[in-house]
Amino acid sequence: MIASSKRSPLTYLVHATVLFLVVIWTIPTAGLFISSIRDKDQLSVSGWWTALSTSEQRIVDRANGPSAQAQEGDLFVIRGNLLTNSSAKVTKFGFSSLEPEAFSAGDLAEMRKGQTLQVMPNGDYALSSPTEWKGSRGQRIFYTAEVPPRFTLDNYREVLSAEGLGQSFLNSLTVTIPATIIPILVAAFAAYALAWMRFPGRALLVAAVVGLLVVPLQMSLIPLLKSYNLIGEFFGVGSKTYVGIWLAHTGFGLPLAIYLLRNYIAGLPGEIIESARVDGASDFDIFRKIILPLSFPALASFAIFQFLWVWNDLLIAMVFLGNNEEHLVLTGQLRELLGSRGGNWEILTASAFITIIVPLCVFFSLQRYLVRGLLAGSVK
Amino acid sequence: MADVKLTHVKKIYSNKVEVLKDINLDIKKGEFIVFVGPSGCGKSTLLRMISGLEEISAGTLEIDGQVVNDIPPALRGIAMVFQSYALYPHMSVYDNMAFSLQIAKVSKESIDQQVRKAAEMLQLTPYLDRLPKALSGGQRQRVAIGRAIVRRPKVFLFDEPLSNLDAALRVATRMEIANLKDTMPDSTMIYVTHDQVEAMTLADRIVLLSAGNIEQVGSPLELYEHPANVFVAKFIGSPAMNVVPCRIEKTGEQTHVSLSSSITVETPIVTEASEQAKAAFFGVRPEDLLVVATEAEGFLSGKVTFVESLGEATLLYLTVPGCEDMIIAKQAGTLKTQRGDTVHLSALPEKMHLFDDKEVSYRR
Amino acid sequence: MAQLASALVTMLLGVLGCAVYFYGSNVLLDKVFPTKSGPAQKVARNLRISNTIRPWLFLGPAVLLLTFYLFYPVIDSIRLSFFDRSGDEFVGISNYVWLFNSDEFFESFRNNMLWLIVVPTAATFFGLIIATMTDRIWWGNIAKSLIFMPMAISFIGASVIWKFIYDFRSGDDAQIGLLNAIVVFFGGEPQNWITIPFWNNFFLMIILIWIQTGFAMVILSAALRGIPDETIEAAVLDGANGVQIFFKIMVPQIWGTIAVVWTTITILVLKVFDIVLAMTNGQWDTQVLANQMFDWMFRGGGDFGRGAVVAIVIMVLVIPIMIWNIKRANAEMEGR
Ligand SMILES: Nc1ncnc2c1ncn2[C@@H]1O[C@H](COP(=O)(O)OP(=O)(O)OP(=O)(O)O)[C@@H](O)[C@H]1O
Ligand SMILES: [Mg+2]
Repeated sequence: MIASSKRSPLTYLVHATVLFLVVIWTIPTAGLFISSIRDKDQLSVSGWWTALSTSEQRIVDRANGPSAQAQEGDLFVIRGNLLTNSSAKVTKFGFSSLEPEAFSAGDLAEMRKGQTLQVMPNGDYALSSPTEWKGSRGQRIFYTAEVPPRFTLDNYREVLSAEGLGQSFLNSLTVTIPATIIPILVAAFAAYALAWMRFPGRALLVAAVVGLLVVPLQMSLIPLLKSYNLIGEFFGVGSKTYVGIWLAHTGFGLPLAIYLLRNYIAGLPGEIIESARVDGASDFDIFRKIILPLSFPALASFAIFQFLWVWNDLLIAMVFLGNNEEHLVLTGQLRELLGSRGGNWEILTASAFITIIVPLCVFFSLQRYLVRGLLAGSVK
Repeated sequence: MADVKLTHVKKIYSNKVEVLKDINLDIKKGEFIVFVGPSGCGKSTLLRMISGLEEISAGTLEIDGQVVNDIPPALRGIAMVFQSYALYPHMSVYDNMAFSLQIAKVSKESIDQQVRKAAEMLQLTPYLDRLPKALSGGQRQRVAIGRAIVRRPKVFLFDEPLSNLDAALRVATRMEIANLKDTMPDSTMIYVTHDQVEAMTLADRIVLLSAGNIEQVGSPLELYEHPANVFVAKFIGSPAMNVVPCRIEKTGEQTHVSLSSSITVETPIVTEASEQAKAAFFGVRPEDLLVVATEAEGFLSGKVTFVESLGEATLLYLTVPGCEDMIIAKQAGTLKTQRGDTVHLSALPEKMHLFDDKEVSYRR
Repeated sequence: MAQLASALVTMLLGVLGCAVYFYGSNVLLDKVFPTKSGPAQKVARNLRISNTIRPWLFLGPAVLLLTFYLFYPVIDSIRLSFFDRSGDEFVGISNYVWLFNSDEFFESFRNNMLWLIVVPTAATFFGLIIATMTDRIWWGNIAKSLIFMPMAISFIGASVIWKFIYDFRSGDDAQIGLLNAIVVFFGGEPQNWITIPFWNNFFLMIILIWIQTGFAMVILSAALRGIPDETIEAAVLDGANGVQIFFKIMVPQIWGTIAVVWTTITILVLKVFDIVLAMTNGQWDTQVLANQMFDWMFRGGGDFGRGAVVAIVIMVLVIPIMIWNIKRANAEMEGR
């Protein structure tokens, strides 16, 4: 490329711009991740970018009721601790909602009739009174606490068990793995036939595949749903089955799969295939022993594609697998949560992260193949 | 081990182009046949038709007296070596050589024995476990040849097997192929090349093709000494034969032709009286032209426009008054001749060639 | 555990069934018409037969699946668009009449056009810029990888991510959405972004741009690298500056690839509905065709005829791209 080793101001500008863009592109995901491991109380009151700084919380609590009082000398005293989180620190406190921060931690606050309240920074409080405490409810205490950052996996624990995400995770796997492997097999055979076998109608089929590449799959949904209902009735199994969704994903993934693989397989040197033919190999031998091993990069790249696509799909899963608990895949579950728990960010962020973690791992470990496949399909 | 016979063989591709027109050829058992010809003349097509990779549009192909038009490649008793080696990149050298036997379900021991024997013969034993990408070009080509040998074919087919090698390796591998031929005197070999040297050194007989036709079939020396037409004359030999238009002045035992108003040549070629005054072509090879001291000794004089010193020989490019094309003369050793000098040339009469107006040789 | 086991068994059965078909059918063909030994004439005949049959063994499943899942539905959608809500009674063009009189359709059509203009343009533009710049810095590959990453995230996952960015808290509460936090930091008024009509479309588009830029970048970067160095060196010698080289030498040489990227994203835009569904479900004037169709088909609507009409509009929009694609593929085949 253009000589760029010179340290010109332009080079710094490029570095800065790229850095800026990279930050913009990664921040949304980073925010989601950080939020998902924050304490849920903190998550809902402060932005995730403050996750590392200490937050101030204003809290109202009730002291223990009169039943807990003990007589110390001639005073009746109620003792206890306000903080559940041991690393937090009380800074201010008060006993009326008008002045919630009237006193600093450690001060002795004079209440009515000689009663006093003292709250220590560690949350210990003491209410004392010259007369016996009456009634059933405890005194209200207003305090401001400084809570240090806290990270936890509780959110994950919760969504995986209580919100049914664990089950969905398995459902997603059950859908995704066969829906990745079956189209590869079907497409590889078809691609070989379209690239190297001679039969009437070949050119027409190739054109058809290219044409179907752009058909919006929404078009197919109504007719397919009708057919599925018929077929399901016929076999008495209902219309929403795993086999049904595997085949649906296979059908929808095939045009791209055949297109990519055919491009690749047609690019293999013809002499190798002819040589095998002279060696006595049938087309089936050639396919198994020569084409499959040699097309590994293309197969891998399509596999990644299809895996991401199926794992991330919502539409087909909604239509062909339905919304009932037992079949819900991760994306469907996430959408349900988005509807029912729209404001519970601790649930949403953790769930979203669980749905994207598998594709992200696949993506980062196999990116090289993915890129190669994309290029085989697009740059000619 | 087998005769190969082509009768009225044609190839027409789907786009209606007739790539090969009526090929008749009889190849004897144990012969080394070389197909040469300019690029695109149909050499590979012809070879691939013999191999069975390309369908035969018309005519018959017989191997060992049996018509094999419809027989698949694997059952024709042929083996083919491709220009790009066509090794299976994901298999070791051993597996490459064993592949055809495995497909044929030959027993393991017998595969092993044959592969090792072939490897021994081609000095490939140390490389048997390697993948093709870990071999040099020459070694790869030897593996390709080994793969062919293992099948014990009746007919070996080679499609430009050396053209991907560098010059030195090409010479070495060429000699290996010649050796191979000696160790397997019964195998018929058909070899495609566009390199004349390969053709001349390897062939028992050369088949010269041009635009889908056979121009001439014969031993290398026959083609060199008695080209059947101008095309063959110009194709064989380097630099190409000087061929200039001329007019027949006198027919009979000795034919006299005039190259221009001032140049007349006597040739010992016999022509009929009916040829009198016809246009014709006179040919003489550059290496058959001799520089002589005086005009009287030679039959041509010309001005040197260009000198190429190759070391072992010198090429003189001459403009001869009355001739359109430059005449090339090839002289052994180095000469003192310089650009602008006038030189006189002679040639032995029996080295002269004469072609009629249809470019066909008068020597028949 | 039982769930895991049954999942494993179903997966295995599904994959095995497919493998067994291919293996079995081909072995059977070889058994019925042996071609590896026997008398030559018989082999020749068997070979002809098996060469005629085998392509269809290879292609069979693919052709069947393509026909059932894509080809037949397209035809049937066209039929359904002339029928009533349950698909039983012929109603002529009344679904079309309804469509062209429906405000919602024009709203989604307008929005779709916006999406079609903005998303492919922006994604291709950013992709090109980033590809050019990352090619010149040593950590370019890391940068690319990070920008490419959203590609692995589902639309619905991306929607959650961005919903979190657009989050809005009323009153004096601290904003936990990044966008509003920034606005507040600079002294602005926080907004509920996804409910601001018209502009909210753009906030949704940003999500798709965020996802697709990486795709554009990867492909354009390969195309840029494919440009022969000589052309650029010649331009440098001719005295062109960086910007001129970029626009006058490099971009024209990769027009073909830019077109491919553009059309690929365009098709995607027409199909995308997850984002709208998850972010607004078409409220606040953000409806798009794909989501509208889904509404009519499966939710409240439940009207197959009207759903099919919207599907056909989408189809008509992609037909030019389809024709262009086929032409390109044909030209490529000729070139081989
Ligand atoms: N599949 C085909 N369809 C149509 N024409 C073809 C096809 N294959 C080859 N040809 C044409 O047939 C002619 C002969 O090709 P062939 O490969 O036999 O040439 P060749 O003599 O081997 O040339 P080279 O020395 O370059 O290898 C060429 O003109 C070529 O264009
Ligand atoms: Mg050739």
